[in-house]
Amino acid sequence: MMDQTVASPTEIAGSLRRIRADFPILSQKVHGRDLVFLDSAASAQKPRQVIDAMADTMRTQYANIHRGLYWMSERTTEAYEAVRDQVAAFLGAGAREEIIFTRNSTEAINLVAHSFGSLLKPGQVVLVSEMEHHANLVPWQMLRDRTGVELRVTPITDDGALDMDALERNLSDGRVALVAITHMSNVLGTITDARAIADMAHAAGAKVLFDGSQLAVHRRVDVRALDADFYVVTGHKLYGPTGIGVLWARREILDAIPPFLGGGDMISTVSFERSTWASVPHKFEAGTPAIIETIGLGAALAYIESIGFDAIGAHEEALTAHALKVLGNVSGLKVIGTAPDRGGVISFTMDDVHPHDIATLLDRNGIAVRAGHHCAEPLMRRLGVTATARASFGIYTTPEEIDVLAATLEQIRGFFV
Amino acid sequence: MAQDDLYRTVVLERARTPRYAGPLTDADRHGEGSNPLCGDRVKLQASVDAQGRLAAVRHETRGCAICAASADLMAERVTGQKPAHVSQLHAELVTTVETGIAPEGLGDLSVFAPLHRHRSRIRCAMLPWSALIEMLNDDKDR
Repeated sequence: MMDQTVASPTEIAGSLRRIRADFPILSQKVHGRDLVFLDSAASAQKPRQVIDAMADTMRTQYANIHRGLYWMSERTTEAYEAVRDQVAAFLGAGAREEIIFTRNSTEAINLVAHSFGSLLKPGQVVLVSEMEHHANLVPWQMLRDRTGVELRVTPITDDGALDMDALERNLSDGRVALVAITHMSNVLGTITDARAIADMAHAAGAKVLFDGSQLAVHRRVDVRALDADFYVVTGHKLYGPTGIGVLWARREILDAIPPFLGGGDMISTVSFERSTWASVPHKFEAGTPAIIETIGLGAALAYIESIGFDAIGAHEEALTAHALKVLGNVSGLKVIGTAPDRGGVISFTMDDVHPHDIATLLDRNGIAVRAGHHCAEPLMRRLGVTATARASFGIYTTPEEIDVLAATLEQIRGFFV
Repeated sequence: MAQDDLYRTVVLERARTPRYAGPLTDADRHGEGSNPLCGDRVKLQASVDAQGRLAAVRHETRGCAICAASADLMAERVTGQKPAHVSQLHAELVTTVETGIAPEGLGDLSVFAPLHRHRSRIRCAMLPWSALIEMLNDDKDR
């Protein structure tokens, strides 16, 4: 599935109509108006290729996997395991066994916190940044409270970039066992320099985990080029279904750490006295997995690859530049997060108008944005705000939709101020 | 721009220029409510007279227009009322935002009826009321 690029960077604008036609929901009306969906960073919409793959599975080729000795089960197992190969290629993994299916990024990070975390000793440190989603903070707090490891927070700069000098200092005592940092902030849109972070972590003797929930939607991930140790993504932001996420980790780490959940499928032998574990990846996949959702994820990755990251990247870069320009012209609007390397996630405030009021009034005009703390309360405190509104873009977003957003924001401001 | 009947003039006015905001110098009751989902926070101060009626109520609200207007309209409406009547008003408002139909006599509080179509915003209007009910219940426990 690698690089089936059909659109050059300049072509996506021309194929936008075709891409939008693949997403049935985009033709829906909301409050009698055309839906302007600008909340893809929370969860992306699904193309018919994904919807059809899941429905076809249930209609024509469904059974439990890995255990049935009959035709239908074997075919479903093949379809499920083929997605593991797809994901391995999508992330640049060295081996298919390094791909663990989870429920979402949150569960993937919890798996690492539980299994890798169980090998950590008091005095060792897990290092996160100030701009983490709760998913990459709370599991480490729980690990700290369970085991006595230290949880250390490395700061961001005022423009919302990771403070690399501070990171260096925070690594300097040699006690950091794991650096767990976002690859792209869900609030600020900041894209972190993952390779540089990995190099610094490794030089200090630490492993490194990247939360790629946002980034993997917008740019090609190559876990080996990044020299990562753990990488997590979630299917529902990748135009796939909910209930399916991925943990990638180096094979030698996965072999060394204990299982996460116990149950069927993850064992080698079981007696009342003791059990032994299956080899990776199955050691980490207890119970019947999300079979249909996994197949849906496969269809989503094939869809993304059919457009290609060159085209996706160019489209979103142009959209983001356009959005920063037109939103910058809205009176009283302040963009939160101005890091030099950023993606199509834009948080903002507008004078004293509360983000929830902004979101409700945008909704009345068919425009869907997120408002609130975006599951990043400590970051909100760092930024000195209680909440922001956030517009985020996907492969189906058009410049015209951003113009509608900006014009409606200007009207909302006039309503309040 | 399509507006919403939720954001009526009274809501915008009370959010912008509250009449019952600020601390109360002779307060003998203090309450507070916050919504961890959005960071909205309401602080209440009240004084109670010899007959057990709320003699004065003031709020300090950090939140959206719906929350701020609700706090101000609440302070106005419950002034001079006994806790039993406050509970009744609270119950009527809950029914109103759930059904979209305001009972006779709810007055300005009926501006929140359209919230039944914005279920995610109901908690914004109810936050000051939850804080008030909790404050009065604490009072009972003394």
